Amino acid sequence: MTHAPLLSLAIWVPIVAGLLVLAAGGDRNAPLQRALALAGALLGFLVTLPLYAGFDLAQPGMQFVELAPWIPQFNVHYHLGVDGISVLFVLLNSFITVLVVIAGWSVIGSRVGQYYASFLMLSGVMNGVFAALDGVLFYVFFEATLIPMFIIIGVWGGANRVYAALKFFLYTLAGSLLMLVALLYLYGKSGSSFAILDWHALPLSLTAQTWLFFGFLLAFAVKVPMWPVHTWLPDAHVEAPTGGSVVLAAIMLKLGAYGFVRFTLPILPDASRELAWLMIALSLVAVVYIGLVALVQTDLKKLIAYSSISHMGFVTLGFFVFNAWGVEGGLVQMISHGFVSAALFLCVGVLYDRMHTRAIADYGGVANTMPRFASLMMLFAMANCGLPATSGFVGEFMVIMGAMQKNFWLAFAAATTLVFGAAYTLWMYKRVVFGAVANAQVAALKDLNPREALVLGLLAAAVLAMGVYPLPFTEVMHASVNELLRHVAQSKL
Amino acid sequence: MKTLYLLVPLAPLAGAILAGLFGRALGRAGAHTVTILGVLVSFLASCWIFADVLEGNTFNGTVYTWLTSGGVTLEIGFLIDRLSALMMVVVTFVSLMVHVYTIGYMAEDPGYQRFFSYISLFTFSMLMLVMANNFLQLFFGWEAVGLVSYLLIGFWYTRPTAIHANLKAFLVNRVGDFGFILGIALVLAYFGSLDYAQVFAEAPALAAPVTLICLALFVGAMGKSAQFPLHVWLPDSMEGPTPISALIHAATMVTAGIFMVARMAPLYELSATARSVVLVIGGITALFMGLVALTQYDIKRVVAYSTLSQLGYMTVALGASAYSAAIFHLMTHAFFKAVLFLGAGSVIIALHHEQDMRRMGGLKAAMPVTYWTFLLGAISSAGIPGFAGFFSKDAIIEAARHATIPGAGFAYLCVLACVFVTAAYTFRMVFMAFHGAPRYDAHRPPHESPAVVTVPLVLLAIPSVLAGWLVGRFLPVDSAWDFVVHGLVSLPFWLALAGIAAAAILYRRPSSLPKRIAMRLGPLYAVVERKYGFDELYAWLFGAGARVLGTGLWKAGDQTFIDGLMVNGSARVVGWFSGIVRLAQTGILNTYAFLMLFGILAGVTWVIWRFWS
Repeated sequence: MTHAPLLSLAIWVPIVAGLLVLAAGGDRNAPLQRALALAGALLGFLVTLPLYAGFDLAQPGMQFVELAPWIPQFNVHYHLGVDGISVLFVLLNSFITVLVVIAGWSVIGSRVGQYYASFLMLSGVMNGVFAALDGVLFYVFFEATLIPMFIIIGVWGGANRVYAALKFFLYTLAGSLLMLVALLYLYGKSGSSFAILDWHALPLSLTAQTWLFFGFLLAFAVKVPMWPVHTWLPDAHVEAPTGGSVVLAAIMLKLGAYGFVRFTLPILPDASRELAWLMIALSLVAVVYIGLVALVQTDLKKLIAYSSISHMGFVTLGFFVFNAWGVEGGLVQMISHGFVSAALFLCVGVLYDRMHTRAIADYGGVANTMPRFASLMMLFAMANCGLPATSGFVGEFMVIMGAMQKNFWLAFAAATTLVFGAAYTLWMYKRVVFGAVANAQVAALKDLNPREALVLGLLAAAVLAMGVYPLPFTEVMHASVNELLRHVAQSKL
Repeated sequence: MKTLYLLVPLAPLAGAILAGLFGRALGRAGAHTVTILGVLVSFLASCWIFADVLEGNTFNGTVYTWLTSGGVTLEIGFLIDRLSALMMVVVTFVSLMVHVYTIGYMAEDPGYQRFFSYISLFTFSMLMLVMANNFLQLFFGWEAVGLVSYLLIGFWYTRPTAIHANLKAFLVNRVGDFGFILGIALVLAYFGSLDYAQVFAEAPALAAPVTLICLALFVGAMGKSAQFPLHVWLPDSMEGPTPISALIHAATMVTAGIFMVARMAPLYELSATARSVVLVIGGITALFMGLVALTQYDIKRVVAYSTLSQLGYMTVALGASAYSAAIFHLMTHAFFKAVLFLGAGSVIIALHHEQDMRRMGGLKAAMPVTYWTFLLGAISSAGIPGFAGFFSKDAIIEAARHATIPGAGFAYLCVLACVFVTAAYTFRMVFMAFHGAPRYDAHRPPHESPAVVTVPLVLLAIPSVLAGWLVGRFLPVDSAWDFVVHGLVSLPFWLALAGIAAAAILYRRPSSLPKRIAMRLGPLYAVVERKYGFDELYAWLFGAGARVLGTGLWKAGDQTFIDGLMVNGSARVVGWFSGIVRLAQTGILNTYAFLMLFGILAGVTWVIWRFWS
């Protein structure tokens, strides 16, 4: 190993920072804890930058690989590495963590240390999921994400937080248990190897592939979440504190989608092709059905949560059309959704911190008192509708292009999001931001403070930059995606 | 030259950014100075480019690579030829006039800087649209002008009607865009490229579903250019300030669909079926929207329906393969419709935001400049020979007459009948607003608008009268003079005169005749006056329908079935099962001891039985 252990740093810097924050004592040391948390998050982000700067575009395989034995008796390794598919998510995650730390600065007043520690550790663990190349290591990281998020929702959440936290925990845990069985089966089948890359080359019968497919499917589908195992998400979002919603939407949902491209497609190519129709159907249900459900939501957070499910439908749709437009489009959509959903949940947070209500009916005419907020939220709303020159367009466009190469009607159904997405997003925007001042509370609203403006401004810059010039995002993916597609096209029988 | 091309869209963009982000620091004068400067630079550069193109210099090149995927490279780039250069001149000229006019029209508005920022942003977007050399950038501009239109219709965002209208406009346009993006996706799937030059070159030889592509793209055009049945958003868009009604909803943005089809002419020429559809849709829009204009009293709505009808004309020209005629009419319409809109705006301001023509009348004396420019615009619009509108409209009618594809006969009848209708509603407006006795509030007499308003009116009235003489540049005619002479003896001219005469009889002086005619027509009149009920139908079908469907899916699907039955149901099953198991957990030692004994006995029995045999 000649390079610095960047991936280990990306994982452990936030975790150690989290422990330090915890060690800094109780709430009377809150200023110190905040400073420590910010320093940790910034450092965590900085160590990921060389991953992009030093990334070799021509190399389809894993880069920045780290390999060390962990549990030699079972051939388990501490094996890390990123390719063009995963590298951007490590950066995205570390970036969002910085924003979450800043966003919680003055909002969180109790148990500050624990709050920040949870987020920092969660961030490190999620980087672990994206970087793990060992089945056990992946599973440990994958499951470990549940604990901090469970705590975040359960402690800093809303009135009904315990129900939501439990629903979130049980739903996702139940999903991933079958994945464990699948991992163990692969271990046995491959002659005691937990190396994910070995499994990519492992011959498997169609029956075995089908069983494994469903084993993985439940784990990943719950996380994405795909229809019909999505109902935990609106509840979790509604009860979660703003930071929790941001991380949940921006990063955690991507763990499931990432699972499809790291496990399902390359390990089970034949089953993936056989069952693509099912995945595509579920994805389109998400786009259309959930789009309609989002339209009638009366709670801001629920609306954005349903919008997330609908947008993630594009991701899974893109993956299962098996062409470069679709898969890269799905990945781009994941990153864009990371920016846009984070921004929208932060916008709701800005409103909630002032008005303490999430009901759309309690708002109206916010533009009169918060013009700067209104312009930024307009940008994010438009990105959510997939307007060109915002990041939201790129992924949707690419997936529609990919779907059309497979079948006209697929593209037709997918493109309905142009109407549905605009309808639920802009109708919500109209009721909340436009109009005359609705009540005394709205009249008393103060526009964004510098901290909020900074966070939303950074996201706005990201959304616009990615929309105007997406090339730097996609060129990283090409080599690895082509390799993946080659893999999917090859039968393993 | 490439720098000059870049300057055309970027100068207004710079103005928009400055006025938008630093509006407060720049102040009002600063904001209008930077934006007007930006558009002026853009206009001058466009003129230069146009002159250059007329000398035969065209350009097709890349600015930067936007994205690569699946082996395809998508770029931002410019195609500068006669079509785009002409559009650039028209767009920047009208935009410049509207910028100047806005100084007067919006003088008292608190959102002054924001407004200038929006209209400059619009100019940028529209220029990107017309200068595109590929479908992707076309879609960029297409959606961007839609966004600015949305922002401007809802400019007075505290008005419920404005924010209803802008949402409606955006969503109806999105229905069009839905078709448009499918068309683009089909092009990419079959041609492996989104570059105009490559697609047009390969189209004749390739076995691509051209008709489907053309129809899908045309759905986009129907949205943006407000063709039946996606026309419903345009009349409501009049909720926005008048300058943008002139710039966006008359002269430029709504013609984007026409421009697009003209740009795609090499594709449309391959599908007679698609052109038939275009013809019929255009004909319906021209005639039936023109009829609505006859029944409206809001001066801006009359002009809006007139715009719909004129867009119908252009669409008919496209369907008849007369692309040059369509673009020619697009240009003349941009001038005379901008005059009519800005003139209407001048009247509205003079009458303190009164838009109802029943409370106007007799403005001729008080507002001479507005009156005369408006009259010239009206004559041009009615198609009186020698005026700009005549040349382009006559070319379209001729094209429809000579077209042979199915639907051409219908379209011809529509555009012919519409000549009468156009003249009638235009002059109805002239007579109701400017002639007769004043019906406005006598305590607040109107005054002629300031120079920032009247100068653009005059500057726009000049091409509305004269632009037609450029006919030779667009169409293969020997002499513009012969064209006019021929026009004087043909049917459309007499129809137009009849329309003006009808308007004069009914509206020149107070008369009960219009009311009596309306009564006589009864339900027929009511249907037209209610705009054929499309608003109500769509509100019921899509507005309420989607909400009912969404609520149903949410309550029945998510809450009852998935959460109620599956999630909480499985929790209940677990609960029920553990309830039974719990029966065993009595906590009584005797029971445990007994059960243990029983268990051991059973186990031993089983072992003995198992191994004995």
